[in-house]
Amino acid sequence: MSETAQRRPILFHAAALASGVIFGGGLAISGMIHPQKVKAFLDLSQIPSGKWDPSLAIVLAVAVIVTMGALRIAHRRRRPVAAASFSQPHARRVDGELVIGAAIFGIGWGLSGLCPGPALADLVSTFPAILLFLAAMLAGMTLVHVWRLRARRQSAPIEEIET
Amino acid sequence: MFGFSPVSAAVGGAMIGLGVALLWIVNGRVCGVSNIFGSIVSGNWADLGWRLLFMAGLPLGAAAALLVGPDLFADMAPGLPELDMSPALLLGSGLLVGVGAALARGCTSGHGVFGLANLSLRSFAAVGVFMATAVLTVFVAGA
Repeated sequence: MSETAQRRPILFHAAALASGVIFGGGLAISGMIHPQKVKAFLDLSQIPSGKWDPSLAIVLAVAVIVTMGALRIAHRRRRPVAAASFSQPHARRVDGELVIGAAIFGIGWGLSGLCPGPALADLVSTFPAILLFLAAMLAGMTLVHVWRLRARRQSAPIEEIET
Repeated sequence: MFGFSPVSAAVGGAMIGLGVALLWIVNGRVCGVSNIFGSIVSGNWADLGWRLLFMAGLPLGAAAALLVGPDLFADMAPGLPELDMSPALLLGSGLLVGVGAALARGCTSGHGVFGLANLSLRSFAAVGVFMATAVLTVFVAGA
């Protein structure tokens, strides 16, 4: 809103690329780019036999702790290094869309062991098959986007739209 | 084939956190991969550039890590990622992941990493729910 792509410093784009590279590297080192390894975590039935793989819990825990540190550093800053402001969340309340969406997401994730980050990182060796997953994922997101636009248009006369 | 790998899990997790940290401190953006990906269709044009760069970085970083990682971390999962599933399963699961992440406005990165670190109630709810349905799905459908 307050800034355009033209005025955005080179640093902004360099940091976005670097963030993706580091994130993708982390997915590969941790093994989370292997859908079979993700499923080995979700398969709690393997706990009694000792074959359960709790690695994903460690990945998530360490990632969360490092991010907490970053949030503390950012908290002391008025604005990000290369942008006008920190982005704000769309919603704050737990609502039906969140719960139903998360439930659907979990079913899809459990079926294949794939979620958005690893699916994109998997382009490294599973092209072109992974395009089926990515195309279907984009279609699903577009469906929700169109549904939201229609819902907003229908409620427009009654409810005031924020711009 | 895959077993518990605490060292590479911790190192990889730290790297994921660093990626999220960089995008927040420098760009003020939440590193939520589903939102970044979905914005190809729903986002504004001005933000397309950095989003494409971030997404291109994911397989690039993975490629570099797959080259040097196994020599550095003995417990790192061996080999390249493989998809041992049918096209129908890829399509169906992709559709569910897409619809679900869009409705929930986040996935394993946005809610799972950033949201939990930010102590967001929405994210704790989302992670609890998607972990539960994912575990149930694997229990029913098999690993």
